Order: sequence, then C-alpha cells, then structure tokens
Amino acid sequence: MTTTSPVAGPVAVLDDVWFAYGTQSVLEGVSLELCPGEFVALVGPNGSGKSTLLRVLVGSHPPDRGRVALFGTDPRSLRDRARLGYVPQRPTLAAGIAATVHDVVASGRLARSGWVGRRRRSDGPIVDHALEAVGLTDLRDAKVASLSGGQQQRAFIARAMAGEPELLVLDEPVAGVDAESQRAFRDSLLDLVHHHDGTVLLVSHELGAVADVLDRVVVLKQRIVFDGTPAELAERGVSLGVHEADLPLWLEGAGPSGDLGRAVVHRHADHARDRDGR
Amino acid sequence: MLPWPFEREYMQLALLAGVVVGACAPLIGVFLVQRRLSLMGDGVGHIAFAGVAAGVLLDVWPVWTALVAAVAGSLVIERLRSRGTAQGDVALALLFYGGIAGGVVLVSAGDGLDSGVLTYLFGQILTVEPSEVWLVAGLGAGIVVTVAVCARALFAMAVDEEWARVAGLPVGALNAVLSVLTAVTVVVAMRVVGILLVAALMVVPVSAAQVLARSQRGILTWSVGVGILSVVVGLGVARAGGLAPGGTIVLVAVAVFALVAAGERLLAR
Repeated sequence: MTTTSPVAGPVAVLDDVWFAYGTQSVLEGVSLELCPGEFVALVGPNGSGKSTLLRVLVGSHPPDRGRVALFGTDPRSLRDRARLGYVPQRPTLAAGIAATVHDVVASGRLARSGWVGRRRRSDGPIVDHALEAVGLTDLRDAKVASLSGGQQQRAFIARAMAGEPELLVLDEPVAGVDAESQRAFRDSLLDLVHHHDGTVLLVSHELGAVADVLDRVVVLKQRIVFDGTPAELAERGVSLGVHEADLPLWLEGAGPSGDLGRAVVHRHADHARDRDGR
Repeated sequence: MLPWPFEREYMQLALLAGVVVGACAPLIGVFLVQRRLSLMGDGVGHIAFAGVAAGVLLDVWPVWTALVAAVAGSLVIERLRSRGTAQGDVALALLFYGGIAGGVVLVSAGDGLDSGVLTYLFGQILTVEPSEVWLVAGLGAGIVVTVAVCARALFAMAVDEEWARVAGLPVGALNAVLSVLTAVTVVVAMRVVGILLVAALMVVPVSAAQVLARSQRGILTWSVGVGILSVVVGLGVARAGGLAPGGTIVLVAVAVFALVAAGERLLAR
C-alpha cells in the first residue's frame, strides 16, 4: 500500500459530533480518534448510528455540530482523496451492469489517478495484488453481476484497496462472505496495518475473523458507550465473535458513555502512537 | 461509389447521419441503462418536441430551439433526481408530460401540426441536407470525445455513486455532463428516427450488448456495433420495401436483440 505523506497526528478525529436526520438524533456528542497503524472495530446494535458515523467521517454527511478532521483537514475539502479508502454497505448492482471483476477493482485506481486519468502500466500489479488479497484472482474476468453477493462484496473491498489508502473505512464488508474469503480479507487488512502503517475502521456484525487482531473496539449507541481493547471488552463478559447476541445485554449495564469513552480514546491513542514493534 | 442501396447521394447522406447516430445513441445509452435511467432519452425527447414547436412558431431553425430546450430540460431532470426532490422516474414523468403539453400548446398557437413538425416527430432521414450531416457529425464527434474522456468515471458512478463521491470524483458535474450528452444525442437523432423513437436507439442496442458483453469495454463496443448495424440494415430494408426508415431502423435493432436473446437461451440449454 501507499507510503505517501506520513501523518504526524491522528488520521481521523471526531470531536463532540452531533448528527440528526430531521428530528431523529443519530449521533450525540461522539468523540473518536484514529491513529496511524490502528485496527479498530466499530460495533453496536442496529440503528445505533454506525453507518452514519462513517458517512460523517468520510465527508458524505456534514455534522450538525462538532468537528471532523481527516488527515488534519475537513473531509469535504480533503484534496488527496486516495488517502481514504471506503467500502460502503453493499450497493445493489443494476442487472445491466456489464463489467468484469477486474473492471470494478481497477476503477479503484481513479481515486489516485483522478477522474480523467488513463490506466497506467503500473496499475496492473496493484490491481492484481488487491484481487489476490480478497481471493478473486481466478474470477478476475468474470462478469461481476453474475457473482454471488459475497463475491461482489469482495470485489468492492478490493476496489478500495486498489486505491492504496492510508485509512480504510469499511461498512459491513464481510456480510455474506464465506469463511475462507474472510480469512483472506483479514490477512489483507493486517498487511495494510502492519506493513504500511495504514489505519482500519471496520463496522461489522461478523468480527469473528478479525477478533484476535483488533487494537480497539468502539461500541456505539448514539454515543460511545465503550472504547477499549478486546481484552477489556472480554473482561465485561462480551465475546466479539458473537457480539451481536451479547451486545444488547452488555449495553444495558454500561456506565455513562462520555466519561468512559473519552478516557479510553485518549489512552489508546497514546498507545497507538507509542507502538511500533507489533 | 457505394453499391445499392446506397448508390444515390440522398442515401449516402442518410447513411452518414445514421451511422453517427447509430454510434452515439447507444454510447450514451450504456450509461443511462446502467444507472436505471433507460427512459431518460424519451423524457428529453418530449422536451425537445416543445423546443421544435417553439422554433416553428418563432421561425427559428427547430434544431437550435430543440437543443436549448433539451439541454435545459435534462439538467432540470438531473437536479430533481440528485436533490431527491423527485425520484428518477417521477422527475422524468414531470418533464415528459410538461414537454409534450408545452409542445402541443405551442403547435396549436401556430398553424397546427404541419409537415415540418411531423418530420421531427417521426424522423425523415432521407431528406437530410449536407449542412445537417455536418452538424450531426460535429456534435457526434463531441459526444465520442467526451465519452472517451469520462467513460471510466461514468462507469464507476454507475456501479456505486456513493463510493465515487467519497473517492473524489466530481459526481455532480459528471451527472450534468451525462445529462447534456443525452440532450445533444436526442437532438442529433431526432431527424434520423424521430423524437418518438429516439430513446429506442439509446436502449435497444444496449440491451442486446448486455447479453453479448462481459466487460466495460465489451458493452461499449457491442452497443455501438449493434447500433450501426441496425442503421445500415434498417436503411437498406426501408429502401427496398418503401418503408419508413426511422421505424425500420428501430425494428431491426429489436430483431437483433431478439436473435441475441434467443441464441443465449439456446446456448444455455
């Protein structure tokens, strides 16, 4: 992945962010920092604001209140968009889309080359690497609309990776993806984090494949109700592999969100900055 | 000289204009179909009809007034769609009916439906003049160059507009470009197949190409190929049978689609 522009501070910051759809409040005073080389999972029950938080973070939704910064700047005015990789919740492909898996993954290079940029010879190995990372090399010439939902999702993950991002934001990327592909997916994320000092923010109901490699788990329910290591979460009797079933019970017993969240955010931001020999 | 049925000058002019339209209409249609906006050409065509009627009423060359009306209407459709003021199909319907109603009122304010207006409604490729062919060729070249520059980005938007926006593609501007290209294509094609059938050349060749193609490059190539084939065969059949060229061209395209779809079913067994 990329080696451009080392980031001095956190790659992403949300500071006291509020957001509402009309009168329905979705995010209430959310503060979060993501540091280079961190692998963070964002979890929470349905309707807790996870996808909205991601959209605020990537600049799709401006916050009603509070501050958002990506690489030190407002996400909507971020010029070098290739530094950010994004996998939205699975888009519904029109049946008429005639494109190969390679076409879809190669379009990820547009984030780096610009919208009028032509394909370059150097794009080939990068696209091939992204295809390999999600286990789609054998299907590179297959029509993407003919693939299963899980296979399509892997193509979208590879598209984000083909942009060589420094921060990769994924919204439910492995829903419906088989176990073997989840392992390939896990390895490719680890490659980004360990060898390229990339940062990963992952929203998923299926953390089983990555539970043992996460640096932090952030639990959101409009506010951040927990921000700590998987070990700290386990101390509270919550297993990440099946958090979907456990989380509601655990949330009922959670303390005041702001104090706990903020304290742990800063502790782990310091931890990530200090860490370099993982 | 060209052999029969293109040995006469008027047939050569028709062939030239038709080939440009046969290439350009599906080229734009690919991106409309992939974005589920197949009826966009129809909607813009109805707005162009109001422009033609205004031109006849004001004694201005109707191609110019149709171009202005179609570009303005297509941008309004896109604005309604992108702002969520109306869903894509509702936005189209609003302009669709507004355009045809405006055209009818303008025609009634003049001398009624004369042959000039009917030429644009049903197309009359056999009467195109050299100056019109030059205009069609010029606008067609503009369409091809613009698509060549924007194709990758338009394709990425068709797959996933949210991703494209986050990746920094100028989604709003590209949507506007696609709308304007659609309007220009409609105006270029209205003398060939007529306003009522212009959307068919944008959609039917693409439908056949969807069966034949697997890749992005493949669907562009096959769509243009089927479009040009339909024009050439359609013109020949129309001359041989003394039929209306516009309708014949579209029927040939439909026949190609039927053959391709049937072939696919046979191969699948």
